[in-house]
Amino acid sequence: MKEADLEKKFQDKVDAEIRIEPRDWMPEKYRKTLIRQISQHAHSEIVGMLPEGNWISRAPSLKRKVGLIAKVQDEAGHGLYLYSAAETLGIDRDTMFQQLNSGKAKYSSIFNYPTISWADIGAIGWLVDGAAIMNQVPLCRCSYGPYARAMVRVCKEESFHQRQGFEILMTLMNGSQEQKDMAQNAIDRWWWPSMMMFGPTDDDSPNTVQSMKWKIKRYTNDELRQKFVDVCVDQAKVLGINLPDPDLKWNEERGHYDFGAINWDEFWNVVKGNGPCNKQRLKTRNEAYDNGAWVREAAMAYSEKRAARKAAGKVA
Amino acid sequence: MKENLLLDYLLQLGDNALVLGQRLAEWCGHGPILEQDMAITNISLDLFGQTRNIFQYAAKVEGEGRTEDDLAFLRDAIHFKNILLVELPNGDFGRTIVKQFLYDAFNFLNYTALLESTDKQLAAIAEKSLKEVTYHLRFSSEWMIRLGDGTDVSHQKMQTALNDLWMYTGELFEMSKTEKELLKTGVAVDLEKLKPAWNKKVKEICEEATLKIPEDTWMQTGGKTGVHTENLGFLLADMQYLQRAYPGQEW
Amino acid sequence: MKNTWPLWEVFIRSKQGIHHKHVGSLHAPDEMVAIENARDVYTRRQEGVSIWVVESKNITASNPDDSDAFYEPARDKIYRHPTFYDLPDELKHI
Repeated sequence: MKEADLEKKFQDKVDAEIRIEPRDWMPEKYRKTLIRQISQHAHSEIVGMLPEGNWISRAPSLKRKVGLIAKVQDEAGHGLYLYSAAETLGIDRDTMFQQLNSGKAKYSSIFNYPTISWADIGAIGWLVDGAAIMNQVPLCRCSYGPYARAMVRVCKEESFHQRQGFEILMTLMNGSQEQKDMAQNAIDRWWWPSMMMFGPTDDDSPNTVQSMKWKIKRYTNDELRQKFVDVCVDQAKVLGINLPDPDLKWNEERGHYDFGAINWDEFWNVVKGNGPCNKQRLKTRNEAYDNGAWVREAAMAYSEKRAARKAAGKVA
Repeated sequence: MKENLLLDYLLQLGDNALVLGQRLAEWCGHGPILEQDMAITNISLDLFGQTRNIFQYAAKVEGEGRTEDDLAFLRDAIHFKNILLVELPNGDFGRTIVKQFLYDAFNFLNYTALLESTDKQLAAIAEKSLKEVTYHLRFSSEWMIRLGDGTDVSHQKMQTALNDLWMYTGELFEMSKTEKELLKTGVAVDLEKLKPAWNKKVKEICEEATLKIPEDTWMQTGGKTGVHTENLGFLLADMQYLQRAYPGQEW
Repeated sequence: MKNTWPLWEVFIRSKQGIHHKHVGSLHAPDEMVAIENARDVYTRRQEGVSIWVVESKNITASNPDDSDAFYEPARDKIYRHPTFYDLPDELKHI
């Protein structure tokens, strides 16, 4: 079959909501787009472990500690599921790690912001995981089977993360003035970066059209961002916390909340590597990878020895 | 204050789990590969679970209204009763495994013996914990072998760690005053009796791992009576910071 | 590259009486570690009572290009299905 025919057949399948599986024919660009998106997503999970992991040792109660550890561990799992999904497209995890560690690959910029108080753990759970869930739920219907299946698993596990974050904030908001201030301070710092998590505006997001056509994406960045704002405003009321945007107000005509201008200059700078923690995060990832090399090597060497011994035993 | 032997004993058990769990959790996000990162974190979570079961019981035994968190976050180093081995820094992944193995081999035997404790609540905690510890021991034993008999580099690292940590193993079998008293009523474990089985397990695994067991030399002691290494103070400063900085709050 | 672990496919039986089902993959140096890693990665929430692992390279898969030849011929064999046979409504237990 000619390329154009294959491509048409592929698009027909996608349009008919038939999932694409690893060994099926797919346009090279579809494959590349997916590898990029899934590996970035996986990297975000892995780097995302770091800002929250900072607080494991300092979690203020045993209950909070086990909840946080389980959550950060889930992120390792989510990274793992996603790397596995990407591996079905013909790239191995090690290559992806090297792309991350060298600074070539991108990951969600939000994780380049520091966690400086315990309330940040609540804010990340509520806002960052909230935004992530907004993004991820539609991905459960992504046209690529392995990605969609990984996302189903991720979403199922992730549902406790946001609740945990909300509960942390609620406890702080019901606590002392110092605790309330701590919570408000965290929301003041995390609100705008969370808004940026949906990516550039639709006019500035050239790949969106193609991704929507391929049903990798189901909603545009701006659509998802609006959904997020609408949900958060009501939840903030329950918390009694202030979202740091003076322009937030209900627009009867649109049936949505209007919100203020996002600082895209900051966004692009953090993407480019100028965020407060970009260098630190990459350094930590590189250290973990490099310091683990001898362990991975030794385990492999032992397995080979063991297999050889077993084989020799059988022969004898 | 009346001396509460059972409370003291429970704190010994709970502090070991807490401090080792805290150490293992340091690996979360920094493991040599994602799969092993998750594995070691699972062990950490098990240990915190054991800590909570023990501390909740300890708080009840004390009956002064303290909670599991008061016990974990509001005691200073001199009141912690964990053995020194568990508070030592992780070092590299291999050293963490050696430390874990030496402790797991003991912990497995200790919980097994505690199944027979005349304190029913403690025996029940031991029963639940033993399932977890059985897996921990399997995990750390296998990694002892894997890394001991892996490459020259890994072998060297494991042997050095074993040599360094050996002087902290004497304390595993040292009976505190509390333990001696509680042994009389069948609550506590006769640690001396566990030693042959521990030696056997360690010997068996080290042989397979091609590691040489160090000569018994001077053994470090002190943890059970609150005389710790300098490491514990830093670990607690980190762990207890929020409870200390904002006293009496809900989190 | 000696420190790259091979890829394994993981199959989990969620409870007794149910088939093992493919749940995903992971990396491990050998089958022993693969089983343990599967336990730590894929059964954290009591998802399983039994695990199978198989190294991914040992799986032979059918070729999607053969789909028509493989699966189409079964399409019109409706006589293999119980509903193909027209029986009176009053007939019970059949």
